[in-house]
Amino acid sequence: MPIDIRQFHQTFFEESTEGLAMMEQLLLQMEGAAGSRGMTSPDPENLNSIFRVVHSIKGGSSTFGFGWLADFSHLLETALDDLRAGRRQPDRETTDLLLRSVDALRNLLEGARTGAAIDKTRIEEIASALEVPSVTKAAEASTAEAPEHGWHVSFQPGPELFRSGNDPLRIIRELGALGTLQVSADVSRLPRWEAYDPETCYLGWQIKLSGRDQSRQAVKAAFEWVADISEITLAPMREAKRSEGDTPPASGDGDHTLVKARGPSIRVSTARVDSLMDIVGELVITQTMISETVAQFTPADLPRLLVGLTQLERNVRQLQESVISIRLLPIGFVYSRLPRLIRDLAQRLGKQVDLELSGEQTELDKTVIERISDPLLHMVRNCLDHGIETPAERRRAGKPETGHLRVHAHQKSGYVHVVVEDDGRGLSYEQIRQRAVQAGLLNADTRPTPEQMHELIFYPGFSTASEVSDISGRGVGLDVVRENIRSLGGSVEVSSTPGSGTRFTLRLPLTLAIMDGLSILIGDQTYLLPLTSIVESIHLTDDRLSRLPDGQEIFALREDYLGLIRLHELFHIPSRHTDVSQGIVVVVEVDGRRAGLYVDELLGQQQVVIKNIESHYQRVDGISAATILGDGTVALILDVAGLMRLSPRPVMAPDAPGCVPRRGSPRSTISDPRALH
Amino acid sequence: MEATHAGISPADPLTRYNSQFLVFRLGGQDYGIPILQVQEIREWSRATGLPNSPAYILGVLNLRGSIIPVVDLRQRFRLSPAEPDTFTAIVVVNVDGRLAGVVVDSVNDVVWFDPKQQRPLPDFEGHANRQFIEGLVQAEDNMVILLNMERLLSPDDFNIGNGLAQQAV
Repeated sequence: MPIDIRQFHQTFFEESTEGLAMMEQLLLQMEGAAGSRGMTSPDPENLNSIFRVVHSIKGGSSTFGFGWLADFSHLLETALDDLRAGRRQPDRETTDLLLRSVDALRNLLEGARTGAAIDKTRIEEIASALEVPSVTKAAEASTAEAPEHGWHVSFQPGPELFRSGNDPLRIIRELGALGTLQVSADVSRLPRWEAYDPETCYLGWQIKLSGRDQSRQAVKAAFEWVADISEITLAPMREAKRSEGDTPPASGDGDHTLVKARGPSIRVSTARVDSLMDIVGELVITQTMISETVAQFTPADLPRLLVGLTQLERNVRQLQESVISIRLLPIGFVYSRLPRLIRDLAQRLGKQVDLELSGEQTELDKTVIERISDPLLHMVRNCLDHGIETPAERRRAGKPETGHLRVHAHQKSGYVHVVVEDDGRGLSYEQIRQRAVQAGLLNADTRPTPEQMHELIFYPGFSTASEVSDISGRGVGLDVVRENIRSLGGSVEVSSTPGSGTRFTLRLPLTLAIMDGLSILIGDQTYLLPLTSIVESIHLTDDRLSRLPDGQEIFALREDYLGLIRLHELFHIPSRHTDVSQGIVVVVEVDGRRAGLYVDELLGQQQVVIKNIESHYQRVDGISAATILGDGTVALILDVAGLMRLSPRPVMAPDAPGCVPRRGSPRSTISDPRALH
Repeated sequence: MEATHAGISPADPLTRYNSQFLVFRLGGQDYGIPILQVQEIREWSRATGLPNSPAYILGVLNLRGSIIPVVDLRQRFRLSPAEPDTFTAIVVVNVDGRLAGVVVDSVNDVVWFDPKQQRPLPDFEGHANRQFIEGLVQAEDNMVILLNMERLLSPDDFNIGNGLAQQAV
């Protein structure tokens, strides 16, 4: 990402160091408690605090690409999770290990910050100690409580087992009725293929029978028929465990800790999984109903079939919503970094500011959450740096000395709006104009409207900071923010009142996976327009079209004039019609700008699954992604904002032509690392 | 494949690619691509056109849920266009994890080339297609051109090619 994330590094290091100090203190407390009271469970609140510290180090380090640090803190987090769940004992050894982990984290942090040498061997040693949970110990402790926990049975039948009419499977099943079985077959006696006699039994079994209330007699009874031809040993589980030493974990949970997490994971509440399960249950019922109807189908069953299909559609939609909801996370995750950022920044800038956060529970797709984090931080920093005045200035302006910064998130019509608002000095239009003239974006005598000014601040390389500070205003700024938000299918709007504040609104899609679209036809190819960008569709006749001197076609829509984009011209593809009255014009709006798209035909509304083009190809201007239609062919999804930029003539400001002259594509100034092979 | 890389000059495609090549025909000439880069061969189907793309990018195709670009080698090599027939195939290649379909006239065979069969490239400086050629091999009775798929499919090249294609049009 082109945002210079190094500017966050310092905050991350400071936060992490502070967190580690706290963690150390808590660990020492925990150790003290364990010492005085023996092995007691640690204070869950302390444990949670430690967990949070490690979690934010993990989050930060993976954001900044400190791989070692992220991997190590992940291991540590897993170990802490085990501790929290009681799968690991909070004994002296564990605490010691955790304290050594703190040292290791410090070492890694230092390495990431200054490039100092990392003590690899020691860290690897601690890492492997973290990876192996003290399950054996936990299991021992639990067997001590319940000594008779089951039986370890060794069953070595004689070779004539089958010939005597016995089936070992029957015996094992019978044992299964007594408790939980863990059976492993011993195949060491199997001969080579050519010496194999199908009627001879070469197998033996090691059986772990766990559960209570099985007497030695009951277990023995299962082997009654084969006792004379087999070798059977019975041992209580406890002894077996001690003798074996390599006991696998008693529960599935223990297993989990041995497996290193691969790929990103999501924590999901059980309620959500349950609801998913319910829907799947209904889906199965519907499917049964439909197959029954179809199996003996008579025309009279048609209504029943239709009912079934409607139900199926509803189930699938519910399932889809439910799966999407699993990927949703509250935006509070992003908020957590703000208070500290504000505090530090305010101190450095000598400003006073109150931060108000609301709508923490608003949920967004995990990917969106991850990718708006930096843009949001950037905007907040921007507000503090450029928006809010110093206490003295504020006093002079008759405002309270402490500025107010509000970040608010809420859901609105399939989108999440995140509003960043301050009560500062507002956008300085004169400064923006001058800066734009300097940068050659504007003619010296042009007087742009506020809306056009808002557009200007999102231009690459545009920064109004009169002196370049190290906080914001490095030339990479709002343009990158907007580019990031756009790549997520969202938009940024700004509004400002001089003297009383600025408000940025980020509009973000709930999910990146599925979209409601309108399928349209241009030439012989189907394209999709995101439904959210469509205002209306109209029929135009030639006499309603006028041409600006630069050749841009415009048409009147109620009070406004809108630019017309003929998509087939833009895409250089043959169209069915050229007469504007034969096709249809779809009025679209994005970032507050509107335009008419001329297409051949509207096909209909449908929900589509979004597929990335860039994973195997590269970015295509005017196209945001692709989707697969019902017949298996690919249809392209139009990027409305991109189309407006792609249009050879400016369509955004027909009333002030030449306000923002195009100097090549603004996109091309941002290098996309993914485009490189 | 990684192991065979070590210490061997990348200019020696035969050793580099385990010597096994998929040979296909295009405009009467045989070409070879390393078999390890071939993921599958599909019958020809019409791709969805991409706007404002180089002419030799026919568009994109749905490969079991992935969207992959389709390259027309005829246009890429400035050969005369041909209508697809029953022999026309799309060879799906995998270059560093990126998939692309390559339209060829027909697929011949998988051939094992002996390093002794390799012939030096004649000097034809400045030839536009030269950069895609990795080597020449003398097969039984004809010559096979070994292609460098990395270069042929690199996105940078798509862009360079864009300019060329537009000039050509």
